[in-house]
Amino acid sequence: MPHIELRDVSLTYDTPAGRVLGLAGASFDIAQSEFVCLVGPSGCGKSTLLNIIAGFLAPTAGEIRIGGKPVTGRGMDRGIVFQDFAQLFPWRTALRNVAFGLEMKGISNPQRERIALEQLRLVKLEKFANAYPHHLSGGMQQRVAIARALAYDPSVLLMDEPFAALDALTRDDMQRLLVDVWQASRKTVVYVTHNVSEAVYLADRVLVMTPHPGTVKYQVPITLARPRDPLSVAFIDYQKELLRQLSQTAEPKA
Amino acid sequence: MSTPAERIRSLRRLATSLLLATLLYEGLARSGAFASALLPTLATVARALIDGVLDGTLLAHAVATLYRVLTGLALAVGIGLPLGILMGRYRPVEGFFLPLASALMPIPSLAWVPLFILWFGLGNATAIGIVCYAAIFPMLINAWSGVRAINPLWLRVGSAMGAGEGTLFWKVIVPGAFPFLVAGLRQAFLRAWIAVVGAEMLAASDWGLGWVIFDAKEFLKADVMLAALAVIGFIGFAFERLVFGALERVTVERWGMVRAGKG
Repeated sequence: MPHIELRDVSLTYDTPAGRVLGLAGASFDIAQSEFVCLVGPSGCGKSTLLNIIAGFLAPTAGEIRIGGKPVTGRGMDRGIVFQDFAQLFPWRTALRNVAFGLEMKGISNPQRERIALEQLRLVKLEKFANAYPHHLSGGMQQRVAIARALAYDPSVLLMDEPFAALDALTRDDMQRLLVDVWQASRKTVVYVTHNVSEAVYLADRVLVMTPHPGTVKYQVPITLARPRDPLSVAFIDYQKELLRQLSQTAEPKA
Repeated sequence: MSTPAERIRSLRRLATSLLLATLLYEGLARSGAFASALLPTLATVARALIDGVLDGTLLAHAVATLYRVLTGLALAVGIGLPLGILMGRYRPVEGFFLPLASALMPIPSLAWVPLFILWFGLGNATAIGIVCYAAIFPMLINAWSGVRAINPLWLRVGSAMGAGEGTLFWKVIVPGAFPFLVAGLRQAFLRAWIAVVGAEMLAASDWGLGWVIFDAKEFLKADVMLAALAVIGFIGFAFERLVFGALERVTVERWGMVRAGKG
């Protein structure tokens, strides 16, 4: 049984210019512990779709189920990481940021710290447990955000271009680290990106989205063994295929 | 955080400007251009100040004034802070209270003194009421602005991690708005301090630094007036440096939400 099921998920919203169909009938399944990347040009509705899965937005039609249960709003079965470094609470140390979700679950303080420290160790930041976010680099802040989203043990990790604002070298490190973390935690991951090579590096399966109205047009399972070599022929072939799909689905220039 | 070297430099700057100002005053006082009863020399003022401190009267007056300031300020914070946060958070609350605040805010607090005297009589109640009136608006407006300036991601992340409205309030909104809350508290204290002296001149009987100044006028004691002014200035300065400076250092500066000093 798939862990996440989307059936005909659509979203319309009102703008001054009238009704706009943002998402049109997105349907797909994601298996337990699968790593899925949503790829598409900007404005195709991939972040909107992620926000719907997160429960921040309610779809105007269609249904989403996680673990068989319909999604009606935000829930602690999902953890979320955004692109913006400012998502961390600046008034909390790295450790207490990670512990926030555990606090909400009512877990006792010593246990909270133990789990949070464990999560920080997973992202290799246990030495910075007592640092405030403004003393951490962008990459470190994103690692804290990942640890925070995993700490209260959701079954699904939702990521909205978490590494898009990092420099290329840090991004490569972060991608490697994320694969390690995912393999250790076996979460189901939905990862939004517009970076094709990132998608090929990370995903078990890439879903390609098209804009106006946004929908999932095409999917590419990536069967390369991990760790993946971004310079291998097979890797580059996947990239080419995805780019071809993206350019086919892109709007013709006016 | 300021380094010891920076702190020494800032102290030296402070000493220099104070020294220059006092020298200028002393020169003027000794020049003979004004009657010495109107512009007493620093030595005379210092004597009045020391006498007042030694016989305890000036301290008792200062305590009376501080009591009024702090009580009025506590009331203003107790009302203005939660109300400002609620206004920032809920549109209907904002819709109801913002026009009210906008209409009341421009009225000088001292303009209320005669009415307050009729309502509450001479004394503490009126002075505290005036202080509260003066301090509540900066607190309210800053809390309101602070909530609206909160990064929406914090609210989103907080609620995604299971925080309800009450938890969000204490664990996200209040700390998230903290730079504004500290600024509001600072301004509120300043306004309170300004208002209390005026209120005491008009409404206090027998006690308070404002009353000391007003009373000294009757006896043409410029030295006592200046001594009381010095105490007012000193207490305000001490609060600004010690209380608010420290509050800022251990909170928003440590969290990197405001930059420490310049640079």
